[in-house]
Amino acid sequence: MRVILPVDEEKDVICVTFGRAPYFAVHDTETGTTEIKNNPASQVQGGAGLKAAQFVLDCQAEALITPRCGTNSAEVLQAADVKIYKSEGMGVSQNIEAFKEGKLSVLTHFHGGYQGIR
Amino acid sequence: MKRLLVLSGKGGTGKTTVSSSFIEFAQARAIADCDVDAPNLHLITKMEVQPEVSDFLGAEKAEIDPEKCVGCGQCAEHCRFGAVKSCGEVYQILDYACEGCGICEYVCPRSAVTMKEDVAGRQELYKGETVFSTAALKMGRGNSGKLVTAVKLAMLKAAPETDLAVIDGSPGIGCPVIASMSGMDLVLIVAEPSVSGKNDLERLIKTAESFQMKMGVCVNKWDTSPEKTKEIEEWCDEQGIPFMGRIPYDKEVSKAVNAGKSVAAVDCPARTALLQIYKNVRNELKI
Amino acid sequence: MKIAVLSGKGGAGKTLTAVNLAAAAGQAVYIDCDVEEPNGRLFLKPQDVSATEVTTALPEFDPEKCTGCRTCVDFCRFHALVYIKDKPKVFAEVCHSCGGCSLVCPDQAVTEREKVIGRVETGHHGETRVVTGILNLGEASGVPVIQEALKEAEGQNVPVLIDCPPGSACPVVESISDADFCILVAEPTAFGFHNFCMVHELAALLGKPCGVVINKWEGLYEPLEEYCKEKKLPILLRIPYEERIAEIVSSGKILVEEVPEYRKIFQELLKKTGGGQA
Repeated sequence: MRVILPVDEEKDVICVTFGRAPYFAVHDTETGTTEIKNNPASQVQGGAGLKAAQFVLDCQAEALITPRCGTNSAEVLQAADVKIYKSEGMGVSQNIEAFKEGKLSVLTHFHGGYQGIR
Repeated sequence: MKRLLVLSGKGGTGKTTVSSSFIEFAQARAIADCDVDAPNLHLITKMEVQPEVSDFLGAEKAEIDPEKCVGCGQCAEHCRFGAVKSCGEVYQILDYACEGCGICEYVCPRSAVTMKEDVAGRQELYKGETVFSTAALKMGRGNSGKLVTAVKLAMLKAAPETDLAVIDGSPGIGCPVIASMSGMDLVLIVAEPSVSGKNDLERLIKTAESFQMKMGVCVNKWDTSPEKTKEIEEWCDEQGIPFMGRIPYDKEVSKAVNAGKSVAAVDCPARTALLQIYKNVRNELKI
Repeated sequence: MKIAVLSGKGGAGKTLTAVNLAAAAGQAVYIDCDVEEPNGRLFLKPQDVSATEVTTALPEFDPEKCTGCRTCVDFCRFHALVYIKDKPKVFAEVCHSCGGCSLVCPDQAVTEREKVIGRVETGHHGETRVVTGILNLGEASGVPVIQEALKEAEGQNVPVLIDCPPGSACPVVESISDADFCILVAEPTAFGFHNFCMVHELAALLGKPCGVVINKWEGLYEPLEEYCKEKKLPILLRIPYEERIAEIVSSGKILVEEVPEYRKIFQELLKKTGGGQA
């Protein structure tokens, strides 16, 4: 299965924000490989969380590991049965390991939107 | 590093006066002005270095090539935002009204309309001993979560080792305010003791509540209405929101501001009150 | 005659000016376009209030006709549409009601339905018609509410006072687009001045004749005076900083009704804008 994490410029560090993270790390548990992909939502004016959530769906990921997530993205992910976990610490590999060992807890608190305003 | 956000529901309550005095008291080395519709902090926080300036790109906006336009008016007919104006025989986009929906580009039979990157403003990052992040928007461009987030992140990325970062937020209750709240350790709301001030405070708190933000309230120019101040204090008590203090109306404040100084530099009753609130805030933040 | 009252900075005294102009005129229409924080009604306390809902269009997707081509999702520049489990879904707060999704759908699977985003309340304060635009909490844009509220400005032969939102972004542009005259309210302070210039630039760009009201006046603030001289902006009135004014305003009272000499002062101001009785 595929699990996704928002990552920073350093690419092995988790990004504090989901919707506007510069990259996503897509890890395939079967092959053990992690691919870094550009986040198409990182520079959009508004609706970033939604676009990022759509990206997660289109990657056919089954889980997202993130320090925070907005209510809109959460709604999309939950409707598509993607599980959202709270990251521990900033390391990408550590979080992937923790996830595989079932040590991560589910993210339950979601924040309000930052939509672009007209 | 603890992050303090200063907000006010209503404009003109003294938000920037409060944040600039805190910056002085703390000798803060990480500062951000997220009030990008009307940035004011730079008038007090004088930086000596030149800033790193970058264009802030807003949403794409439509542009019509007058050479290709045949004046059919399809764009104007479909635009729901009144952003297409006829100009002689061709049509033109009013960039301050354009929302960037892309319908005009879609319906144009001659490909005369293209969606282009709009430079909505510029971001400035001063990196001296203190890091100061701010931005200025072009006219007609609204503030956005994107820009507020960018200004905040620029500061957080460049911030030196320091115990307190002060962020001056925008007035109102809209999305820029919501965007500024994420990742903050405490949101201090500056309220005005008046019917409108209390009304706006309530609307702001309601907006912030769902984000589980740690909040505090202080009242500025409290002696212009002791009754309203008391009402606000009582309301905060009912809501379980810590009341951080009150600042008296003091002529020295606008004198200082007009002279480009923070009120913290002037010995006066307002300064004394602000210092106490600052200490209360540090207590709340456990620093 | 439509008079828009604006200020760059919040708290400068827009509402004070607009409310008192309306109250001093008596027969007038007051329209509050500061739809995120409409405060005029706190002073005017309108009677016999009735409300009209303001709606925008929200797309609806017909599952029978939808083929899952995602053209709508890809077209939406606001990212308000997401494709989940074989159907598109709209996120209302992000939707700008542009009508694009419905336009581009190759199978006519998208229709639009109304969604309430706010309301316009109308009532009266004495002879003054009081119109208040109110945007519901959480909604992204107040522009449709402002447009609805401004319909009350049409065909009036009494002065119409338009209380604008602070700043110089789209809601302000919308509020002043049809105004005959703009009163710019300025605070004589460094913060007030900077923002004042921005809003004057906007009014000038739209070709509006302007006049200035300086509020909370405690002495000359040179940069503001210089700017007005240079741009040939008439200073129509200086309202001093007085404790009694602050007291009246903070308790939600109307200055011209509490202090008789101010009624004359505001009537004079109205005449200066060209909106007074001949």
